[in-house]
Amino acid sequence: MAAEREPPPLRDGKPTDFEELEDGEDLFTSTVSTLESSPSSPEPASLPAEDISANSNGPKATEVVLDDDREDLFAEATEEVSLDSPEREPILSSEPSPAVTPVTPTTLIAPRIESKSMSAPVIFDRSREEIEEEANGDIFDIEIGVSDPEKVGDGMNAYMAYRVTTKTSLSMFSKSEFSVKRRFSDFLGLHSKLASKYLHVGYIVPPAPEKSIVGMTKVKVGKEDSSSTEFVEKRRAALERYLQRTVKHPTLLQDPDLRQFLESSELPRAVNTQALSGAGILRMVNKAADAVNKMTIKMNESDAWFEEKQQQFENLDQQLRKLHASVEALVCHRKELSANTAAFAKSAAMLGNSEDHTALSRALSQLAEVEEKIDQLHQEQAFADFYMFSELLSDYIRLIAAVKGVFDHRMKCWQKWEDAQITLLKKREAEAKIMVANKPDKIQQAKNEIREEIEEWEAKVQQGERDFEQISKTIRKEVGRFEKERVKDFKTVIIKYLESLVQTQQQLIKYWEAFLPEAKAIA
Amino acid sequence: MEVHPEAGKEGKPSCALVELQGDSSLQVEISDAVSERDKVKFTVQTKSCLPHFAQTEFSVVRQHEEFIWLHDAYVENEEYAGLIIPPAPPRPDFEASREKLQKLGEGDSSVTREEFAKMKQELEAEYLAIFKKTVAMHEVFLQRLAAHPTLRRDHNFFVFLEYGQDLSVRGKNRKELLGGFLRNIVKSADEALITGMSGLKEVDDFFEHERTFLLEYHTRIRDACLRADRVMRSHKCLADDYIPISAALSSLGTQEVNQLRTSFLKLAELFERLRKLEGRVASDEDLKLSDMLRYYMRDSQAAKDLLYRRLRALADYENANKALDKARTRNREVRPAESHQQLCCQRFERLSDSAKQELMDFKSRRVSSFRKNLIELAELELKHAKASTLILRNTLVALKGEP
Repeated sequence: MAAEREPPPLRDGKPTDFEELEDGEDLFTSTVSTLESSPSSPEPASLPAEDISANSNGPKATEVVLDDDREDLFAEATEEVSLDSPEREPILSSEPSPAVTPVTPTTLIAPRIESKSMSAPVIFDRSREEIEEEANGDIFDIEIGVSDPEKVGDGMNAYMAYRVTTKTSLSMFSKSEFSVKRRFSDFLGLHSKLASKYLHVGYIVPPAPEKSIVGMTKVKVGKEDSSSTEFVEKRRAALERYLQRTVKHPTLLQDPDLRQFLESSELPRAVNTQALSGAGILRMVNKAADAVNKMTIKMNESDAWFEEKQQQFENLDQQLRKLHASVEALVCHRKELSANTAAFAKSAAMLGNSEDHTALSRALSQLAEVEEKIDQLHQEQAFADFYMFSELLSDYIRLIAAVKGVFDHRMKCWQKWEDAQITLLKKREAEAKIMVANKPDKIQQAKNEIREEIEEWEAKVQQGERDFEQISKTIRKEVGRFEKERVKDFKTVIIKYLESLVQTQQQLIKYWEAFLPEAKAIA
Repeated sequence: MEVHPEAGKEGKPSCALVELQGDSSLQVEISDAVSERDKVKFTVQTKSCLPHFAQTEFSVVRQHEEFIWLHDAYVENEEYAGLIIPPAPPRPDFEASREKLQKLGEGDSSVTREEFAKMKQELEAEYLAIFKKTVAMHEVFLQRLAAHPTLRRDHNFFVFLEYGQDLSVRGKNRKELLGGFLRNIVKSADEALITGMSGLKEVDDFFEHERTFLLEYHTRIRDACLRADRVMRSHKCLADDYIPISAALSSLGTQEVNQLRTSFLKLAELFERLRKLEGRVASDEDLKLSDMLRYYMRDSQAAKDLLYRRLRALADYENANKALDKARTRNREVRPAESHQQLCCQRFERLSDSAKQELMDFKSRRVSSFRKNLIELAELELKHAKASTLILRNTLVALKGEP
C-alpha cells in the first residue's frame, strides 16, 4: 500500500520519473528479500543487473545516498552509552544477604534458551510473499548461548571474556555448532555497526546492554564477593538476550558483521565504544544536540498511523517504567525477607537448644530447619523476580527507546526531503531572476550553472521522497514485527514467571507438611 | 478514632497464648474496647458466683494505667513472693500506625486513586490488628489472674473488677519511672552479689537447673522474638509491593490493543489476590509466632523474678543463721535471733515449695502453648500456600489457553 505523503511544492510533472520511482521501490524490496533468503539461491525475475550482490552491506550500499556526514553521527548518537542509573544499585549493593552464587540463576535461565530456539528449518527457494510471511512467522533455526564468564588479565586492564556459542542449521554459517570468546566491548562494537547501518533506514536494532563503570571496576579490582558475581551473571544474561533478539531479526541475521561476530575467532577490537574515549564523548555531545533538534522539527504528519503508534509507544514506555520500578522494589524486599528468615532460623535453632522439654526442643529445631529452607526458597524466587520479570521490563524500556529513535529518523528523513524541496525552490527562483537579469555576457554561464544545480536538487528531492517512503514502509513492517515479538515475549516470560511462583508455593507446602507432624508430636 | 472490635470469641489470641484451666466460678473478659485520641478504654466484664461480689454479672471501664497499678500491687505483695506474677500487658502503641496513616494522607501525587484506597485499607487493617492485639494482651493478663487459685483471691483484684468509679491511678510520673528503673538495677546488682556470696550454696538441683535454663532461655527467646518480628514486617512489605505492581499492570492492560490486554489484566488481578494472601501470611506469623514468643519472653522474665526473690530469701536465711551463731557465741539476744532465723527459714521453704510448683506450671503452660501455636501456624501456612497455588494455576490455565 502506498504511503500517503505530502507532495512537495512545484513538482514538475514527469511521469517517467514516477515510473522509475516505482521500479526503484521494487528494486529496494527485492534487495531486502534477497538478503533474507539464502545467498545461494537468488531470485531470478525481479533482480536488476545492477550492483545488488548478496554480499552487499545492507541497504546502505545501494540506493540510499549518504552524502550527509550528519547522518553517520546521528547513527552513532543513538547508541546506549549511559552509565548505570542509580536505581540499579539496590541489586548491586553489598547487602548483608547470604552468599549468592551464580549457579542458581543459570538454571533459571537455561529453560529460557530452549524456549527461544526455533527448530523449524529455513526453506530455500521461496517467493517474495513467502519470505515476507516467514519474516512474520519466526522460523529461524539458530540458538545462541552466552556462558562461562572468565576474567582475563588483572588490574585496571582486566576484562571479562564470555563464550558465545551458536547452534544452527542455517547454511550461511560454515558449521552447525561453534563458539568464540568475546568481551563486552565486542558486543558494543557489533551493536554500533548494526545501528549505523540499519537504524536510520527504519530498522529497529535491539540495543546492547548498558555499561557500568562501577560494576566493572569492582570486577577488575578483583572483589570476589557476591555483588560482583551477581553483576557478572546479570551481564551475561543480558548479553545472551541481546544476541538472541538480534538474530531473531531477519534482516540483521543476514548482516556479515553479525556473522563475523558469531563465527570468527579473532575480532578487531572496538575501541570507539569506551565511555570516556573521544568517540564516546562525541557521541554524548551529539545525543544532546540531537535532543534539541528533535524539539524543533515540526513535521506535517499526513499519516495518522505514525502519530497513533508514537503515542502508543510513549504510553507504553511510561507504564513499563512504572512497573519496572515497582518490580525492583519487590526484588529488594524479597531479598530482605530471605535474609530475615535466615536470621530467624538461627535464633529458632538456638532457642531449640536451650529448651529443656525434649519434644518441644526437637520441634523447634525442626522449625529452624524449615525456616532455613524457606530462606533459600525466597532467594531463588528473588532471582526469578529479577531475571524474568524485572529484566524483561528493562529490556523493553530500552527497546522502545530504539523504536522511538527509528520514528525520529523518519522525521529527520522528512526534514531532509523538506529542506531539499526548499532549496530547489530557491534555486528555481534564482534561475528565474537570472532569466530576467541584464548581464548578457555572464548570463549563459550562470544559466548553465543554475540549470545544473536545479537538476542536482531535483534529484535530491526525488531521492528524499523515495527515502521517506522507504523508511515509512520499513517502519510499518518493523513495528508490526516488533509488536508480534513483544506479545510473544511477554506471554512466554509471564507464564514462566508464574510457574516459578507456583513452584515456590509447592515447596512451601512440602516443607510445612513435613513440619506439621513434628509439631503435633510435642507431648 | 473510635474503633469497636467485635466482642466475638472467634480466634482470640488469648486462648492461643495461655491454656487456662478456667473454672466457672470466676470468668473475666474484655467485652468491648474504645480507642480515643490518646487512650484505650477497656470494658472489663466479670461473671462470678463467688459470695464476695455484690452481683453475679457486672462490668467496669478500665484504662491501661489501672492494669499496671494492679500488676505492681501484686509484685509488691510479700504474700505472692513465691508465685510467678503474670506479666503486665504492654502499653497500647498506635504511634507507628498513626504516623503511617498521616503520611498517606499527606499524599503522593504519583499514586492512583485505586492504589491510594488499597493502601489506606491496608493501614486501617493494621491499625485494627494492633488494636485487637492490645485488647487480647490485657485480657489474658486478667484471665491468668482469675485462673490462679491464690492470685484470684486478692483484694485489689476484686476492687479492680468491681469498683464502679475510676481508680484514680495516674500514669507513673518521671520520678516513679526513674525509681522503677533504679530498682531494676539494684535488683540485678543484688542478684550478682548474693550469688557471689560465699557460703550461699544452692542445695536444690532443681533450682540450680532452672536458673541456668531460664537465664539462657530468656535471652534466646528475646532474640527469636525480635527476628520473628522482622520476618513478619518483611512479609508485610512484600504484600504492600504488590499494590503498585497490580496498578501498573492494570494500566498496561487497559492501554493495550493486542492479546496482551487480557494477559496484563489477568496478571493485575492475580497480584491483587496474592497481595491479600501474603498479608494474611504476615498477620498469621505475627499472631502465632511473634506474639507467642513475646509473651513467653515476658513470662520467663517473671519466672526469673521469682527465682531472684527466692534467692534473696535464701540469702536472708543464711544471714539469719550467721547472726544466730554470733548471738550464741556471745550469748546475747539469742531469743530474737532464733525467732528471726526461724522466720527466714520458714519463708525460704515456703517460697521454695511454691516456686517449684510455679516453675513446673510455667513449663507445662509453655509447652502446650508452643504446641498449639506451632500446629496452628503450620496449618495456616499450608492453607495460604494451597490457596496461592490454586489462584496461580487458574491464571496460568487462562493465560495458556489464549491464542
